[in-house]
Amino acid sequence: MIKSEQKPFEEILGYLEGENKVFILGCDGCANASQTGGLPQVMEMKERLEGDGKKVTGYCVIDFLCQKALVASRLRPREAELKEADSLLTLCCGIGTQAVAATVKKTVHPGCNTISLGGARGEWQGSERCMECGDCLLEYTGGICPLTACSKGLINGACGGAAEGKCEVSPERPCGWELIYERLKEVGRLELLKKFIEPKAYGKMRPRAELLPTSVWALENRD
Amino acid sequence: MALKEALDSGKFAVTSEVGPLKGTDTTEILEVAEVLRGKVDGVNVTDQQSAVMRLGSLVTCHLLVEKGLDPVFQMTCRDRNRIALQSDLLNAHVFGIKNVLALTGDFPTFGDHPDAKEVYDLDSVQLAWTVRRMNEGYDLSGNDLEGKTDFLIGAVVTPLRDTEAAFELQLIKMEKKIEAGARFFQTQAVYDVDAFDKFMKRAEQFKVPILAGVIPLKSAGMAKYMNKNVAGVSVPQHLIDEMAGTDDKTAKGLEIAAKLIGDLKDVCQGVHIMAIGWEKKVPEILKLAKLNGG
Repeated sequence: MIKSEQKPFEEILGYLEGENKVFILGCDGCANASQTGGLPQVMEMKERLEGDGKKVTGYCVIDFLCQKALVASRLRPREAELKEADSLLTLCCGIGTQAVAATVKKTVHPGCNTISLGGARGEWQGSERCMECGDCLLEYTGGICPLTACSKGLINGACGGAAEGKCEVSPERPCGWELIYERLKEVGRLELLKKFIEPKAYGKMRPRAELLPTSVWALENRD
Repeated sequence: MALKEALDSGKFAVTSEVGPLKGTDTTEILEVAEVLRGKVDGVNVTDQQSAVMRLGSLVTCHLLVEKGLDPVFQMTCRDRNRIALQSDLLNAHVFGIKNVLALTGDFPTFGDHPDAKEVYDLDSVQLAWTVRRMNEGYDLSGNDLEGKTDFLIGAVVTPLRDTEAAFELQLIKMEKKIEAGARFFQTQAVYDVDAFDKFMKRAEQFKVPILAGVIPLKSAGMAKYMNKNVAGVSVPQHLIDEMAGTDDKTAKGLEIAAKLIGDLKDVCQGVHIMAIGWEKKVPEILKLAKLNGG
């Protein structure tokens, strides 16, 4: 289980600036349970976007957006709606957004922030892709998370240590920033790389107070 | 001449570099300071270079100020969070340090404490931006400072990269560093002036002084080692052959460095000489290159 919360609507509208047509993707897994990306939230988002003059070319709620193969197979029959859209808006965790961005050669906007569950994330292992930072940056990095794809977690660009596209810290891994560059080039959004991102609010990675009483730790320590 | 004046004057600027030792012995640093005084415009002091624990850059810079040099305080984001970085910037100002070089920093696994927890709370662009804010009189949280800093902000760029993505990413990040407040750049070591010139043709639009990195070769083996292990460094075969074919490696290494500097005079705004143990030979290199009167 991964917990998410929707980004403020104004922030999402900012992402969609200059775009008129959008395809909305929801997730019937954790995002549905978080009430951020199930069918009701997708319909609500559709209505709000249409109210703001956007055309929603289509929408789809997939069981687990984090399953890349499933995303590809479920989106195949929706090609026409996807083609018409300028971009996709994903209402799910950071892993789902990255799975969609890796599947579709279009700009993929994150609609949610993935927030910390304090380690109680269940059986599905996704920490190598999403750190539950609570302040998703995938909008600016082509749907590839710089916190997890870059060994140093740099958020304003590459360090200069890569050789032949491989990370100098872990030579078996590709340089995350070179992946981000290639992805943004593919979708024609290289200008996003010039955006300065201010120091990150790492405090948002701490488990939230309202979650702590529900954790196993809290239950064990109760009298 | 102090670094800022040298850069403002438009002269071909020269900086060099010292690396503190592991321990409290400052003899070598103070001897180097005597040799370099009046010969270079600024002296970088490395910050736990290669992630190897040693005497710090801050105190060493302070020693150089006392010796009448103009140190460049190198700061990496690897070992300190934003509280410690900002506090050390205040410390540096009080110590009379005028220049800061904002760096990301090598990962701990490259050094002698590979199990250390890396920080990277800020990145190099954000660090440059932090220094600018402190120059303007407030900290990262927007609180006013009782007495602000006044640093000249520098940054680094690696001009020679092996993929299109890596090369473009360097230029984009350079532009971001300038927007964040960087006013001069020092580069990774350059050996191929023509290749470096191609980078300069792209970078000159930014109109900030760029000091090309120069590392004197000590042997053919050193050149081959760097080609294999140091990202962004490429020593051409003809230089490796020259080093391999000489009886006096020291003289040849200094001669090659001086010639490089001569060639770079027409291409960029200065050089940053990283002598790596040969700090006391820097005046000799400058004399051979007919710079600063030697």
